Amino acid sequence: MRFEIAGVDMRIDDALEIISLTNPGMVRSHNEDSVACDAACGLVVLADGMGGYNAGEVASGIAVSVVATEVCQRLQEASPIECDEESGDDLGVALLRDNIRKANLSIYQAAQSQPQYSGMGTTIVAGLFYDNSVVVGHVGDSRTYRLRDGVLETITRDHSLLQEQIDSGMISIEDARQSKNKNLVTRAVGIDADVVPEIHVHDVRRGDIYLLCSDGLNDMVEDEDIQSTLYAMQGNLPLAAEQLIQQANDNGGRDNVSVILVKVKGEFAASRGWLAKLLNWFKK
Amino acid sequence: MAAKLILSMDGVVIKEYPLNKERMTIGRKAHNDIVIDNLAISGEHAAIVTILNDSFLEDLDSTNGLEVNGVPTKKHFLQNSDLIEIGKYKLKYINDQVSQTSAADFEKTMVLRAPVRPEAPVGEAKLGQTQINPSIAAEVEKTGRFGVQPAAQAAAAPAAPAPQQVAVQQTSAQAAPAAQPTAVPQAAVVQILNGPNAGKELELVKNLTTLGKPGVQVAVLTRRPHGFFITHVEGAVHPAVNGQTLGDQPHPLQDHDMIELAGIKMEFYYKG
Repeated sequence: MRFEIAGVDMRIDDALEIISLTNPGMVRSHNEDSVACDAACGLVVLADGMGGYNAGEVASGIAVSVVATEVCQRLQEASPIECDEESGDDLGVALLRDNIRKANLSIYQAAQSQPQYSGMGTTIVAGLFYDNSVVVGHVGDSRTYRLRDGVLETITRDHSLLQEQIDSGMISIEDARQSKNKNLVTRAVGIDADVVPEIHVHDVRRGDIYLLCSDGLNDMVEDEDIQSTLYAMQGNLPLAAEQLIQQANDNGGRDNVSVILVKVKGEFAASRGWLAKLLNWFKK
Repeated sequence: MAAKLILSMDGVVIKEYPLNKERMTIGRKAHNDIVIDNLAISGEHAAIVTILNDSFLEDLDSTNGLEVNGVPTKKHFLQNSDLIEIGKYKLKYINDQVSQTSAADFEKTMVLRAPVRPEAPVGEAKLGQTQINPSIAAEVEKTGRFGVQPAAQAAAAPAAPAPQQVAVQQTSAQAAPAAQPTAVPQAAVVQILNGPNAGKELELVKNLTTLGKPGVQVAVLTRRPHGFFITHVEGAVHPAVNGQTLGDQPHPLQDHDMIELAGIKMEFYYKG
């Protein structure tokens, strides 16, 4: 039996529709991207690995599994709206931040101890949905887009040389498309002993569609095409994911391409009443 | 290989300059990296800042200015074979990196560990010093107000209201040169054959054309390198092509195929 405090709110896995798809592209033999989704705890994670031989796959694989496993495990017994005593943030925020750093350390140590993994690293972008909001954490140039009321926006800012040049006004967004420095990230997971993930909390509305992707998508497909695909295919998420990857490959598919789509079908406010507290207390 | 500038006048090549420094200046005075000893050229006329594979040209408030490809310019992001004109002199910018490196090598993501910082002299080199500003980035991150960049606007209004709720809407697509499909199929058109919009033509100039209304009844026409496809997206009614109802898979369109969607008949054909 389920206790509902606010009648209209849905369970997180009923409120979200999640689809993920990854593809090696048209040029690469390896797929160095990794994705993971856990509908029950509202978590999506995507990583784009880099490094020789299969080191890129190893790095992105570690990143995704550490974040997905650790966050979901903790959320079995705790609510993401609890306050994290150490940082004072929501537990959801703290979990995402701490576990991206934990993944960083795991990859860094693996790279230090195994010569064939030396120098491996990965980008990461992760979204944790709870209480009508989403915490987005990222490192590197993997992105999160949001389609709301037909308008597509990026809600992450790339940690890349090009983005820094755009921010400083040195190069316009239009010119940036012609840049030959697209592939340089200024922050990555696993390269140094510690990393600072960028974390933001965004409100979530019914009807929103979130797209997490590796740069294999946004380097090959214009934002306008991403917008038109998500808008036209919002009623058929699996088809939208396929169409995005197909467009990247039709345009050359020079890199691995991965997408995670999350559609918000209903409200999912966390229960805050005395009953929820009581239930939580029983769970302990 | 570094990019380079080829200096010429009246069609005669004078000298080649590899862009192997972070910042190179062009001017009349002897201390410039590229010296053009001509009275029409200012003492320090222009600078070129090169960051890895990209080069930026900036006019240093010269008396006579400069033109890039015939357009007077203050600041310009140089593209391969751009022609810079200063007085009677021409500088051609050559950067054919892409053709020299294999696509796979070129696209590999790499980590830039130490931010690239040009040793720009203070009070000069506007380009150089604006390059990377970690404090701005940090500030932005703290406040979380870097904002959401509007990426694309929805072409929300149906372009051609068609009967029975089938609106025809075109969404845009202008692929960057880097992302241009190698083989672009020839121009194609969908002509509506019945209802109040009978006779209306819709040119399929975008990569994705929506038939119908999202949330109700949608099929899309997609342009791919090897032709056009129709795909059912959502809604109770699947479209039919030449009388055959489609499944969930994309269906390739042939010249003069008849499409039927929610009572609207359309003909697909290639133009010209």
